[in-house]
Amino acid sequence: MPLVRSFAVAVAIALVLAAGGLLAPKWLLFLATMSVSHGLAVLGIVVLMRGGGASFGQGMFFAIGAYVAASMPQTLGITDAVVRSLLGMIAAGVVAAVFAPMLARYRGIFFAMLTLALSMVLYGLLSKASAVGGTDGLTVAKPTLLGLVLTPGRADYLLFVLTVALSVLAAWAVVVYKNSVAGLLAQAVRANSLRVEYLGASSQRSLATSFVLCGLLGGLGGAITAQVLGHVEPDFTNWTTSGEFVFIAVLAGQQSVAAVFVASLLLEIVRSFSNLYFPNTWQLALGAFLLFVILFRPGGIGSLWAGRRKTVADTPAVPLQERRA
Amino acid sequence: MQALTIVVDAITYASWLFIVSLGLTLVFGVLKILNIAHGSVYALGAYAAASFVALALALGLAPGFALVAMLLAAAAVAVVVGPLLERALLARFYGRDEVLLLLVTYALFLMLEDVTKLVWGVNPYFVSGPYQLFGNLALPGGIRVIGYDLLLIVLAVVCGVTTWFGLNRTRGGKIVLAVIHNPEMSASMGVNVQRVYMVAFSIGVFLAALGGAFTAPMISVQPGLSVSVIVVSFAVVIIGGLSSIEGAAIGALVVGLARAASVHLAPDFELFSIYLVMAGVLIFRPEGLFQSVKARLI
Repeated sequence: MPLVRSFAVAVAIALVLAAGGLLAPKWLLFLATMSVSHGLAVLGIVVLMRGGGASFGQGMFFAIGAYVAASMPQTLGITDAVVRSLLGMIAAGVVAAVFAPMLARYRGIFFAMLTLALSMVLYGLLSKASAVGGTDGLTVAKPTLLGLVLTPGRADYLLFVLTVALSVLAAWAVVVYKNSVAGLLAQAVRANSLRVEYLGASSQRSLATSFVLCGLLGGLGGAITAQVLGHVEPDFTNWTTSGEFVFIAVLAGQQSVAAVFVASLLLEIVRSFSNLYFPNTWQLALGAFLLFVILFRPGGIGSLWAGRRKTVADTPAVPLQERRA
Repeated sequence: MQALTIVVDAITYASWLFIVSLGLTLVFGVLKILNIAHGSVYALGAYAAASFVALALALGLAPGFALVAMLLAAAAVAVVVGPLLERALLARFYGRDEVLLLLVTYALFLMLEDVTKLVWGVNPYFVSGPYQLFGNLALPGGIRVIGYDLLLIVLAVVCGVTTWFGLNRTRGGKIVLAVIHNPEMSASMGVNVQRVYMVAFSIGVFLAALGGAFTAPMISVQPGLSVSVIVVSFAVVIIGGLSSIEGAAIGALVVGLARAASVHLAPDFELFSIYLVMAGVLIFRPEGLFQSVKARLI
């Protein structure tokens, strides 16, 4: 029953957002689309963090999704936005699945650094590969949507609706996953992986699953971003991009899926306005904001409405006794 | 012949890298913080050096004083920035999760990035004076080494040896080792742990600033300096196993060799040869080359 109910809530949210999009001015629509698609990549990090891994290389999946979606029209002749998004997602998921068994052996800083290394290797490859435009990147051909040709007038709105639909679907899937056996197990791995092993489950397999989910969401976010933005570049997988995703994840906290998208929108708005009005100090503001959240809202902005329950999310990713050793 | 060139290049690059990574290693060893802002401090050192050297020139001092000015610049950055960051900010987060501390330093990195822009502007600075001070040295086989690069190698050795000696052969160093081993026990034995943290962090800051200051003459000092340093020095300390001076030295050499080899043999791979090596090392030695033995959870 919760399954049906949460799906109904998801559909309701999607409909409200889609209706709201009709009223929004063009710049806000673009801003919202971008922050929702970035939010998907962040959602991946949140899922992974909840399962005991901290990734500093989410940009890798974001870029894989983006580049796959971008190259579809030339290589396979696929122009449909939905198909391209899903293919981007699957490609990133496959790559994640390849590396997951290896990465699942690591924890904490080493896990974070290895994901960073992988994403930077991809950054190097993309910057040098002339087939995908090197550091200049690629211009992405405008997608079609379920057989419709997107004329400039309605493209923005229809892509917004598509982004919202896919994101709400993904967010719903994450909620379902969180409450499934595998999702609850992931939370236990984060709290104490040794105990999970003693209880007979594999913490490595659980972390690998979290990592693949993280990859799928990152790929979907990247694929959508590429098509809305109309451009992809190696910077998608640079560590600064990944850092920004982690930033939003911390801002959002782990208690609420909706908080991820709110935090993403918040960052996008802050960035746009500060870029406009104080271009040389916006990173200063961002850094101070992040510190403020870590100091005074350790549960993220999600804890504003999701309630301050004492959950496993509050316990550190690495148990205290191990860090002291 | 090319092999020799590669080795010379590798050692020069490694010595620069070692100075920076040594600071990172020290900070991680004592405070358990993987400091992303280390790269920003490096940039601060480079900017401060640019200003100090320009000042020395304006005062009409002999060109040799530029080196003193660079040293003073690094010291100034360490004295101002080190205690400030540690006491005012990092001290609030001790005992929290390692990954959370990584994020705190990431926030710090973002802020320092703009602070440097506010103080020094966005235009590049050039202080190539000291670079030409030492001329060239001809090695057998027709390889020419720039004298300044040799100075860097000497500086790296001095830094490494001094740090090692300070840690292992002096009273203060023994106290630091005790704090690394067990902060609570040290505190109960009368050690002022807070001060040890502050001093260790400031020395780490000094090493980063020193690396930046002595790099300043070789490059144009401009925004974006910190970004590239961070990821490379991270690779070094991770390869080295995160908390030993020997590890940092070996890590720096490995990264230096990887980079020099790819620059000469396969220029296209320069950017990520370092990460390939790092990933390779971690696959076979999950906690770096010089991993310390400790009980693992799994």
